[in-house]
Amino acid sequence: MAIHSYTSRRELEQHTFPPAVTLLVPIAAILLQSLLPKPFPRLAILDLPLIVTIFFAVSRRNPVAGTLTGAAIGLLQDALTNQPIGVNGMAKSVIGYIAASIGIQVDVENLSTRLIINFGFSILNSFLLFLINHRLLGLPGSHIFWVHELIRAAVNTVVAIPIFLLLDHSKRAD
Amino acid sequence: MEPFFTRFKNVLVLVAVLLAQTIALAIQVRRPVESGAPDGSKVTLIRYWVVATVTPLERFFLGIGHNVRGGWDNYVDLRHTRQHNHDLQQEIARLRLEHAALAEDAIQGHRLQALLDFQQHYVATTVAAQVIGTSGSDLSHVLYIDKGSKDGLKTDQAVITPDGIVGKLRDVFPHTSQVLLINDQTSGAGVLLATTRIRAILRGSVTGHIQITNLTSDSRIKPGETVLTSGGDQIYPRGLNVGTIESIAPDPDHQPYTIIQLHPAANLFQLEEVLVITGTQSELPVQAKKDLAVGAATAEAQAEAARVAAAEAAAEAAAKSAAQIVADRLPSLHDPNNPEPDDKTAPGTTPAAKVGGVVPRPLPTLRPDRYTPGSTPSAASLKPGGENSTGGNPESNTGNPPASTTNPPPPAAPRKAPTPTTPQPESQPN
Repeated sequence: MAIHSYTSRRELEQHTFPPAVTLLVPIAAILLQSLLPKPFPRLAILDLPLIVTIFFAVSRRNPVAGTLTGAAIGLLQDALTNQPIGVNGMAKSVIGYIAASIGIQVDVENLSTRLIINFGFSILNSFLLFLINHRLLGLPGSHIFWVHELIRAAVNTVVAIPIFLLLDHSKRAD
Repeated sequence: MEPFFTRFKNVLVLVAVLLAQTIALAIQVRRPVESGAPDGSKVTLIRYWVVATVTPLERFFLGIGHNVRGGWDNYVDLRHTRQHNHDLQQEIARLRLEHAALAEDAIQGHRLQALLDFQQHYVATTVAAQVIGTSGSDLSHVLYIDKGSKDGLKTDQAVITPDGIVGKLRDVFPHTSQVLLINDQTSGAGVLLATTRIRAILRGSVTGHIQITNLTSDSRIKPGETVLTSGGDQIYPRGLNVGTIESIAPDPDHQPYTIIQLHPAANLFQLEEVLVITGTQSELPVQAKKDLAVGAATAEAQAEAARVAAAEAAAEAAAKSAAQIVADRLPSLHDPNNPEPDDKTAPGTTPAAKVGGVVPRPLPTLRPDRYTPGSTPSAASLKPGGENSTGGNPESNTGNPPASTTNPPPPAAPRKAPTPTTPQPESQPN
């Protein structure tokens, strides 16, 4: 007979979300990501789907859910680009998995932790995309511009904090 | 086995998801890969589902934004509109003149092309479309427009703006199309350097710039040179503006080639409306022919007006010359030390006063006396010892003194003081 323990961090602090939030927030992120660079071209540096992926993964603290959420959001994002479908899907699957795994171990409600994980995952996302494009797809001329990626990570981190605070209101304790 | 799957469930799910996506990628990226080629049917279907979900929302938000902006621009923010309108009118006038000047050359060029049996492709039909969204990623330079296959669009059709080329249609859905911009790294176009006539291949870069990488160093290629489409790619018609050369630098990875970076003619980062070229033809479109005819007629009219003006100027010069000859032949009428004003006459002066240098007649006096010119009766009327009064000369009252009055009046006859006189008209018969 399985022994149920309620003392682990994972079981105590797992959150769920209403289905509407689970469905609409990623779509809204992808929609905004598609609309904003039209009037403000510099906002293409943002990655709102990545922020949403990280938020759902660390909040649910379930690696399987994190992986699947990341895969779904990444595939949707790929479908709007001219890249092969699966590039962002693979990168965000890995990020969803790692974020959920970290969420089990670390207090992700803390502001400092949120800053660090957003910055770190943004850099990791850029690196994974470079690996997939350069090694897996063999695209010619693939380079990683570290300064640009650091700026991207910083911008994503700044934008992620208010989004996390906003989405915290939609959490439901299990 | 069950404890293994239970224990490593998370990792196994991750591996399964990654493996599935890797296989999907392998299926999509078949060799040889044509640059910027459309997807296979299954991939297009997946894209179509996503695009069909997202684009209606994009249209909705874009419509709201358009209405708000249109209300502001058309009803509130109308400052400087008159000045802007005036400037545009002036620019239209200037462009008309330029167009007229170029029309003759264009007509001559077409005639020569016809003689050489040169096949040219002109833009015949276009579909105007509005940009409704982007890919949302700076690694993928694509746009979505609000026209699709229902509007007659097909894949690989060129997308342009009046400023220059934008890209080509990569995927076409019923009501939406995906435009691959020329600055995407999978994009390419055949181009021609306008001055040197060197052909090259244009490619996008990872950083979103457009560049030519297949040319070696050439001293004739200079920054600022215009780059046009060559028509060799069978997508973009020949002669469309692409951009200008911004910089030339050696390619560190592929010596001895150079990286020629271009500044795109169209603003690829903030596009609102674009034109999709849906048809080309070997002859000029009807409207273009009309415009050309109008331009040629304007040029003809300008030339005629110039000829008339030149003829008038020549006639005027000839007339002046004749007047000068006459004046030279009559030097006495002109005082070289005191030249007459050209043709400015004082108000109230009659032109007759000037002609031929005739000495002007004196104005009629209001109170004539014996010194008044013409008041002296003629000698024929004088009677020795008779009454020769000069007091009331009727002629002087008429204001019409004799025409030849250059001689001084004859001295008045001596008067007989005590004898009372009565006025006697000069014309009175003796």
